[in-house]
Amino acid sequence: MCNVAYGAYAIAKNFQIWDLNIGVLYVSAVSSFAVIGILMAGWSSNNKYSLLGAMRSGAQIVSYELSAGLSILTIVILTGSLKVSDIIQSQETGWWLFKGHIPALIAFVIYVIAITAETNRAPFDMAEAESELTAGFHTEYSGMRFAFFFLSEYINIFIACGIGATLFLGGWMPFHIGHWEAFNHIMDFIPSSVWFLGKVFFLIFVIMWFRWTFPRLRIDQLLNLEWKYLLPISLFNLLLMTVVAIMGWYF
Amino acid sequence: MFEEVGRTETGDLIINIGPQHPATHGVLHLVITLNGETVKKIEPHLGYIHRSIEKMCESLTYRQYIYVTSRMDYLSSHINNHACALVVEKGLQIEVPQRAQYIRVILDELNRIASHLLWWGAIAMDVGAITPFFHAFRERELITDIMEETCGARLTMNFMVPGGTMMDIHPDFVKKTKAFLNFFKSKLPEYHELVTGNVIFKGRLEDVGVLSKEDAISYGTSGPVARASGVSCDVRKLYPYDVYSQINFEEAIETKGDCYARYKVRMKELEESIRIIEQLIDNIPEGEFQAKTKAVLKLPKGEYMTRVETARGDLGVYITSEGGTTPYRIKFRSPGFSNLSALDHMVRGSKIGDMVAIMGTLDLVIPDIDR
Repeated sequence: MCNVAYGAYAIAKNFQIWDLNIGVLYVSAVSSFAVIGILMAGWSSNNKYSLLGAMRSGAQIVSYELSAGLSILTIVILTGSLKVSDIIQSQETGWWLFKGHIPALIAFVIYVIAITAETNRAPFDMAEAESELTAGFHTEYSGMRFAFFFLSEYINIFIACGIGATLFLGGWMPFHIGHWEAFNHIMDFIPSSVWFLGKVFFLIFVIMWFRWTFPRLRIDQLLNLEWKYLLPISLFNLLLMTVVAIMGWYF
Repeated sequence: MFEEVGRTETGDLIINIGPQHPATHGVLHLVITLNGETVKKIEPHLGYIHRSIEKMCESLTYRQYIYVTSRMDYLSSHINNHACALVVEKGLQIEVPQRAQYIRVILDELNRIASHLLWWGAIAMDVGAITPFFHAFRERELITDIMEETCGARLTMNFMVPGGTMMDIHPDFVKKTKAFLNFFKSKLPEYHELVTGNVIFKGRLEDVGVLSKEDAISYGTSGPVARASGVSCDVRKLYPYDVYSQINFEEAIETKGDCYARYKVRMKELEESIRIIEQLIDNIPEGEFQAKTKAVLKLPKGEYMTRVETARGDLGVYITSEGGTTPYRIKFRSPGFSNLSALDHMVRGSKIGDMVAIMGTLDLVIPDIDR
């Protein structure tokens, strides 16, 4: 299921299976289906741990979807397009993370937090929470079925990081600095696929880094973080970005 | 009788945590009543690892019964053995040589550090951080190496005998212990950086599972759990045994009584244990490591009681003797049992995640509770 989202990916220059005009929306929509799988898996196991895990993850993924969506929107406002190739092309002179001023930076940070929660990774791995719910929604699954859950979790991480890399870190665009011609030329020699995968793996590394360092939040703290902090900040950020985009204050 | 499957009459969910569950650190079985995520009631069921150690001790001589007690609180087995040796020494009025007393206290404190290190790794794991566990075990491994060299075992040491220790220390013991202390002191700030000051960790522990001073006393809690609620109960201070009376150390006390206070008490105890060992390690006197005792020990008719401070709290050993070679009746007052009794009171009204954190800071060792 999740592999469908890869269709709209620009893995390298001129290498994209399906460059549809609502690319970013499509990818985030398809990757949101994961929550249905988790909910159904937890509910149908007829196990209380699984049920609790599934309910937690339902609440969590749906909430964090909002922040992730709003952060994506801030960049969409800047570029004025949902098309993946357009978004990447607009970053030819520099990545949005650097060009987009403070709102892009805020959006990036919120996006990384939100996708960590959305993909059920620690410190937001409430759905599994092995010390509380043994294994959460996949307690009753073993063998190939268990493998499917884990595979889809990791594919989800890859997809979410891929969107992050495309929107904020310029997709397959190499890293350029203004008028440093020699430097820019050297950067151009690195294949575009290496650029894209490097950025994605960097984001995945950051998420794994979180996972090994931070303790887990409690479920109420987790929802507080989203509804009381991240969502208001990202709404305000969206407004800020609109002003920036209208006034043309970005580089 | 408690209905263990399904729901209560009011529609609350009943869920069994354990006997096999990662949060219980052993075979503890908790029947918890949940309203959504909120815990309404918690009922510990014991007996999964009951080996009737007290009854076994009745048929073992005063030299033999010490070995069984290593299996109670296996994380502070030295300290258990110490308590059992002390009660026999008290009954027979054996004068323990200074050297033996020093060695015993050093080993006790090393054992305490090892136990607290394991707890530190486990509490971090309970609230979801995995790396601290590896850090803690890296350091703990050095202690178990020291123990292995001197005592011949890594977990259940059986090194204390009535009248002193079983053997003399290994020639490398002093050197290795000092090396460990130096290494450990350089790592402690790292612990605080990684876990103590972490915002999420603090958020999980602060104001969670508050136990007031009155409740701490009325539930009979002891050790770090009671000290975190402001109860001064360190047996090493109040009823010093062996060389504890000559050592300069502080009793770690916090007043808040929440999980974070219990965490801080244990972290403070780690530092105090280092201090205690440092005061002793250079001054181990020469001499015998064991007092001369009779081949067959017979406690005179009467009742004997000693208390020691294990890593978990106040361990009492109570022996009734009829004058024979084996105890007539023996009773262990284990710290974990009383600490567990306060669990229901602390957990009520908080979330499942809180319950795991509270159990983690109680530092339960199930064989100590069940015996």
